[in-house]
Amino acid sequence: MSDLLSLSARAAAEQIRHGHVSADELFGAYRERAAADAAAGEQGLNAYTWVAEETPAAPAASDAAPLAGVPLAVKDLFCTEGVPSQSGSRILAGYRPPYSAHVVEQLTAAGTTLLGKTNQDEFAMGSSNENSAFGDVRNPWDRSRVPGGSSGGSAAAVAAGLAPWALGTDTGGSIRQPAALCGIVGLKPTYGAISRYGMIAFASSLDQAGPFARDVSDTALLFKHMVGQDSRDSTSLQHPHQIELPKGVDLKGIRLGVPEELTGEGVESGVREAFNQTLALAEQLGATVETTHLPHAPHALSAYYLIAPAEASSNLARFDGVRYGHRAEADDLLSMYTRTRAEGFGPEVKRRIMLGTYALSSGYYDAYYGRAQKVRTKIAEDFTTAFEQFDFIVTPTAPTVAFRLGEKTADPLEMYLQDFCTVPMSLAGIPAISIPNGLSDGLPVGFQIAGPAFSENRLLDAAYVLEQALGFDGSAVRA
Amino acid sequence: MSASGYEPVIGLEIHVQLRTNTKMFCGCELSFGDPPNVHTCPVCLGLPGALPVVNARAIHYALMVGMALGCELAPRSIFHRKNYFYPDLPKGYQISQYDIPICSGGRLGDVRIHRAHLEEDAAKLIHVGASGRIHGADASVVDYNRGGTPLVEIVTEPDVRSAAQAREWLTLLRETLRQLGVSDVNMEEGSLRCDANVSIRPVGSDLLGTKTELKNMNSFRYLERGVEAEIARQIALVQSGGEVEQETLHYDPVSGAISSLRSKEEAHDYRYFPEPDLVPVVLTDAMIETARGELPELPAQRAERYEQQLGLSADSARLLAFRIDLGNYFEAALAAGDGDSEAAQPLANWISGELVARLGDDDPAGSKVTPAALAQLVALVRGKQVTQGAAKTVLDRLVADGGEPQAIVEAEGLGAIGGGDELAEVVKRALESDPAAVEKLKAGNMKAIGPIVGFVMRETKGRADGGEVNRLVREQLGL
Amino acid sequence: MIDRAQVLHVAKLARLDLTDDEVGAMSRELSAVLDHIEKIGELQLDDVPATSHVIDVVNALRPDEPRPSLPRELALANAPEVVDDGFGVPSPGAGS
Ligand SMILES: [Mg+2]
Ligand SMILES: [Zn+2]
Repeated sequence: MSDLLSLSARAAAEQIRHGHVSADELFGAYRERAAADAAAGEQGLNAYTWVAEETPAAPAASDAAPLAGVPLAVKDLFCTEGVPSQSGSRILAGYRPPYSAHVVEQLTAAGTTLLGKTNQDEFAMGSSNENSAFGDVRNPWDRSRVPGGSSGGSAAAVAAGLAPWALGTDTGGSIRQPAALCGIVGLKPTYGAISRYGMIAFASSLDQAGPFARDVSDTALLFKHMVGQDSRDSTSLQHPHQIELPKGVDLKGIRLGVPEELTGEGVESGVREAFNQTLALAEQLGATVETTHLPHAPHALSAYYLIAPAEASSNLARFDGVRYGHRAEADDLLSMYTRTRAEGFGPEVKRRIMLGTYALSSGYYDAYYGRAQKVRTKIAEDFTTAFEQFDFIVTPTAPTVAFRLGEKTADPLEMYLQDFCTVPMSLAGIPAISIPNGLSDGLPVGFQIAGPAFSENRLLDAAYVLEQALGFDGSAVRA
Repeated sequence: MSASGYEPVIGLEIHVQLRTNTKMFCGCELSFGDPPNVHTCPVCLGLPGALPVVNARAIHYALMVGMALGCELAPRSIFHRKNYFYPDLPKGYQISQYDIPICSGGRLGDVRIHRAHLEEDAAKLIHVGASGRIHGADASVVDYNRGGTPLVEIVTEPDVRSAAQAREWLTLLRETLRQLGVSDVNMEEGSLRCDANVSIRPVGSDLLGTKTELKNMNSFRYLERGVEAEIARQIALVQSGGEVEQETLHYDPVSGAISSLRSKEEAHDYRYFPEPDLVPVVLTDAMIETARGELPELPAQRAERYEQQLGLSADSARLLAFRIDLGNYFEAALAAGDGDSEAAQPLANWISGELVARLGDDDPAGSKVTPAALAQLVALVRGKQVTQGAAKTVLDRLVADGGEPQAIVEAEGLGAIGGGDELAEVVKRALESDPAAVEKLKAGNMKAIGPIVGFVMRETKGRADGGEVNRLVREQLGL
Repeated sequence: MIDRAQVLHVAKLARLDLTDDEVGAMSRELSAVLDHIEKIGELQLDDVPATSHVIDVVNALRPDEPRPSLPRELALANAPEVVDDGFGVPSPGAGS
């Protein structure tokens, strides 16, 4: 891997600003690599669904455009004006929106250049990236394994050095779990910290955009340029803190809570081992580690698999073959609808639309959706209580390392269990970060740190301190 | 109705298009007969990723409507999604208020209001080919200009008891809304749309029968006719041993026929749930004060003032108050007159009677009859200087050429002949000219006075006062 | 447990045309997921408020100021069928 490609994003930005590196060269190097992988077919990672033909115009580096010339990979579901935005679905095959997502606008203004759109599970529904209409994404650590999902393309691209950093979205773990399985850093911010405008919705009350990067500092830098209140998203708010690059040196006085409910059975031994080692390391760095409880966490998955599909069933109703996207031939309206959607949606999406429609249908609302919203309240309360005693809650990010392609596709429920440790934070709307904390059988393991709403600065600091001490090296898969 | 032994029970659902600058949830301008699809954006086209944001003025107008209807204003109201598929519904759901409407309760005139809530209008589905009727057409075209127009839906309690009352009440509502300035309230153009829920029950019973919903009658006449037809249909049905089915009906004003609009087997299950893309609306004192500050005097209040302060009869008061142009003209005339409060009722009678008979629906302010002129004319009549008959002639002149009543009376010699010798002389000649009538009168048959009075009126060109003539006849015959 | 009849009803509500095999599979898979999910039925939640938003933002209102609309060509650019400057659709027959 060339020196150019081994530069961190923040270093690249600096070099470009001082004229030591040409933005075109940097973009060209990544573009070539991304295009080569895309061309490699079965041998490649299939991380991208679209790669830029030539270098997009970028502003000159300045305080207003501090990221000038740094290429950015963007998850397919972010609308990018005139560029395919298909959310991994056949029903949006070839769809080029007339507008760009707020985050994309903001990062373009900051100077980043759109390198490509990354593959994902269809409408962000999945934990293995095997639900994409554009093919499975493979894990750069072992191409017979999944990268995790739903932001599998972004995670794989960053891990494999096909991009310096990337945008993802996290609804129940879709940034944190693939980050863990690919050995990179992924942050799910506080709900509302980043505008959802222009993000093709999966579950509106849970969806949140976030950054992927090789290390915590790049993650912080990208995040810094994503936050902000947007008048086009009623649920967005101004982050109370200016986002800083991490600079912590130790964890003195930091109290870490380890919830029994999320660290017990279901977590495979190699993952637990790495987790415990990291806890020990944290103590050496000055943190106190104590067992705690999130009594309702065991019900989080159930609540999540009612709330998310319910909202999705409604969010995906607009894909009806009338204004855009795929349309099936039919001479009456009803068959046009039912065939268009039957042909356009994949099995997992259909499953969730059915589940969500059922959960909202008359006679079932109270027992399902209504109850799930109450469970959500209890889960948020659990965290509030825990944070009175602890600065952060820590868990393994995923219960397993990357599993084999096809290994879990037969049983939806088993696949859903991948989100066991990440879903509670999503329901509570709190920020959580995953950092690589070692290997198990040669595959990366992820360590999740969750904090109270808008505690991202402290979260990034703690993650940074651990990262330095862990010294995880993922450069091998970028070679 | 009671002739049939049944009484109708009618409730109305009115959709009012608000006259805001922009749509309910996006910045597109409202459309009035513009070419198709020129007022659309990602939000009102339901493009993937777009999000709604509530129009502040729509809330403001809804508050004014609520206040005008004496509703209770919800301190905190929320929006729901009403899910169903139709091409005029771009997102596959309508954003509407469901279990917490912004206004509830209230009353207008003699009808109680159940609720008034905010929602977005559907787009226009134009059925091309065939008769343009929904079932005849082969293909249809969607124009999204209207989609997303802010609506207030007003639902009454089932307090209406006849088609005529329905029409009269809707007139009051329209006038009220027009004076609020929140809508164009034009039924033909669809800015005011009325559905009626109709049921019948045996007179004296207080149970509610099965109701049918009569859709979209687009004029006051059609509303009255439609409801009448539906009441008749239901009574005939029940009397012939049949049963009313709950269904949605369409009234065809041309044929007068009533047909079922939706196929019955279609199960309606709107799967309402709280709109996750929007946040609650919490009323502030400022919002309430601003709305209250902009409330004008409303027809119901004006009618009350005319009755209480000016002593008009209930009928005259409503007549003038519900037609704002007549009301304003009436008040101008009253001000122009001698300020004698006794003049109010006669003035009201002349305006609602003779003047309207001559001007129809035209605003009298735009006619040649100045309020001052009418006031003067009425004063002349009350002073017996001009007879009723002569005054009508004067009014004809005023309507045709304008001018001063006094001047017209003098120019045309229309002044009343007071009592005294001149009239006595004419009466004397009348009696001499008709001995037969005199005989009858003496015999006590007062009907015979007709020809005598007729003679006097001919002689005086209608300037004689009938009462005075009567008195003189009796006097001269010593009756 | 969700049987074939329920699956077909829900599929109609969701406007999804399912093959016979899909109906069977849905019934099996959804039933399994629901069995797991229904554990929340055991929780005591009587006077627990429902959470539909985790953030407590209210009155995110927009001033009533016009923003430019899309040029019609752009609005129609992705339409599967364009008729008379509008979006063409098969006519709603009975049942739609
Ligand atoms: Mg409505
Ligand atoms: Zn719009």
